[in-house]
Amino acid sequence: MSPQPRSPAQHVSDPIYPEAANPKYTRHHPRWHRRRIPIFWWLRKWVYTKFILRELTSQPVMYAALLILLHVWIVGRGPEAYETFVEWLRHPLLVALHLFVLGGLLFHTITWLNLAPKALVLRVGERRIPDVLVLAAHYAGWILVSAAIFWLLRGG
Amino acid sequence: MPDTVQLEVFRYRPEEEGEPVFDTFEVPYRDEWMVLDALNHIKDHEDGTLSYRWACRMGVCGSCGMTVNGEPVLTCAAYLEAFLPGPIRVEPLRGFPVIRDLAGDLTDFIEKLERVKPWIIREETKDPSEGEYLQTPGQMAAYRRYSMCINCMLCYAACPIYELEPGFIGPAAIALAQRYNLDSRDDGAEERHEVLSEHEGIWSCTFVGECSAVCPKNVDPAGAIQRYKVDATADFFRSLLTPWRDR
Repeated sequence: MSPQPRSPAQHVSDPIYPEAANPKYTRHHPRWHRRRIPIFWWLRKWVYTKFILRELTSQPVMYAALLILLHVWIVGRGPEAYETFVEWLRHPLLVALHLFVLGGLLFHTITWLNLAPKALVLRVGERRIPDVLVLAAHYAGWILVSAAIFWLLRGG
Repeated sequence: MPDTVQLEVFRYRPEEEGEPVFDTFEVPYRDEWMVLDALNHIKDHEDGTLSYRWACRMGVCGSCGMTVNGEPVLTCAAYLEAFLPGPIRVEPLRGFPVIRDLAGDLTDFIEKLERVKPWIIREETKDPSEGEYLQTPGQMAAYRRYSMCINCMLCYAACPIYELEPGFIGPAAIALAQRYNLDSRDDGAEERHEVLSEHEGIWSCTFVGECSAVCPKNVDPAGAIQRYKVDATADFFRSLLTPWRDR
C-alpha cells in the first residue's frame, strides 16, 4: 500500500495522536496526573483511622501530665487549697471530661505498647528475643509501675 | 465460580482527556489467574493501548505494583479469586504522579534511593587476591531481611506520610540503608546517618506501620525505621554525655 498524500492540515496535526482531543496536550511534554489527597484520607482504612486516633490521643496524654503537675503544685499550697481543688474536681462535667481523658490515655498506652516490639530488636547472642516477650515485658512494667503508684497513694 | 469478572481500570490518556476516567472490561474468570493476567488479557484482546508495567510474573522484579480495590499489591501475586464477585478496581500506585493509565513516574524514589548510598562502603579495601570479606551466618542474619527488598514501592503507596510530605525519604530507602548499615562488611553508617537523620529522613515517619503490612517480601521497613530512631537517639545522648568521644 502506497502512503497516502498528506494535506497541509494533516502535516500540522500530530501523526501519532491525530485524534488528540485534549487541546492542552503537547507532544513530548508529558502532562502528569497528580491525585489530590482528600482531607478525610484517614477514613479510607481502619489502620489509618487508628493511627490518627493514636496521634490525637497524645492530647489527653498531655492534659493528664499537666493535671498531675497541677496536683503537685496545689499540694504545695497547703491542705485547704487541696480540699478546694478536690471539691472542684468532683464537678460532673470535669468527671465526664476525665473519663474521656482516661479512655484516650488507655487507647494511647495500649496502641503504643503494642508497637514496642517493632522498635526494640533485642538479641541474645545470635538469637532474637521473640516479640511476645518484648511485649510482655512492657505490659508487666506498666502494671508494676501502676501497682506501685496505687500502693503509694493508698498510704504505703 | 463465575465465567467472567468485571475490571474497572483507571485510564489516563493525557492527549485525549485532561482528567482520568475508569474503563470497564469484562474478562474471562480463571481460578489460576492473577489480576495481571486479566490486564494482559485486556491488552491482548480488548484494548492494546492500556499501559502498565510488568516483567517477571513471579514477584521478583517488583514492577507490577498497582492499587487493587484500594490496596497496594503486586498484581502478579494477587489472585482474581480474592476480589470476587467484583467489579475489581485497578488503579496506579498512590503517591506517584501518573504518566499514563497504570504507569506512574518513579524518579522520586530512585533519587531518594541513591541518596542513602545503598552499597557497601569500605574504609579500607582489600586486593581481590586477598580473598573475600567473610561473614558468619549470624552476621548475615542481622541484615538479611532488609536485603529482600525488590523496590516494588508498595510501601510508598501505603504510606500516608509520603503522600502528604513528598520530601520524606520513604520506607524502602530507609530499610535499604539499614540493610547496609547492619552489614558487618560496611563502614558507611556515618555517611548515611547524614541523610537519614534529617527531618525528611526517619523523623518524618510517624509509624503508621502500613508499609510493613503491604510488603510482599516481609522486609518490615517500619521496624527498620523505628530501630534506626532508637539507635539515633541513643547515639545523640551518648555524644551529649561523652562529647570527648567521636560519636
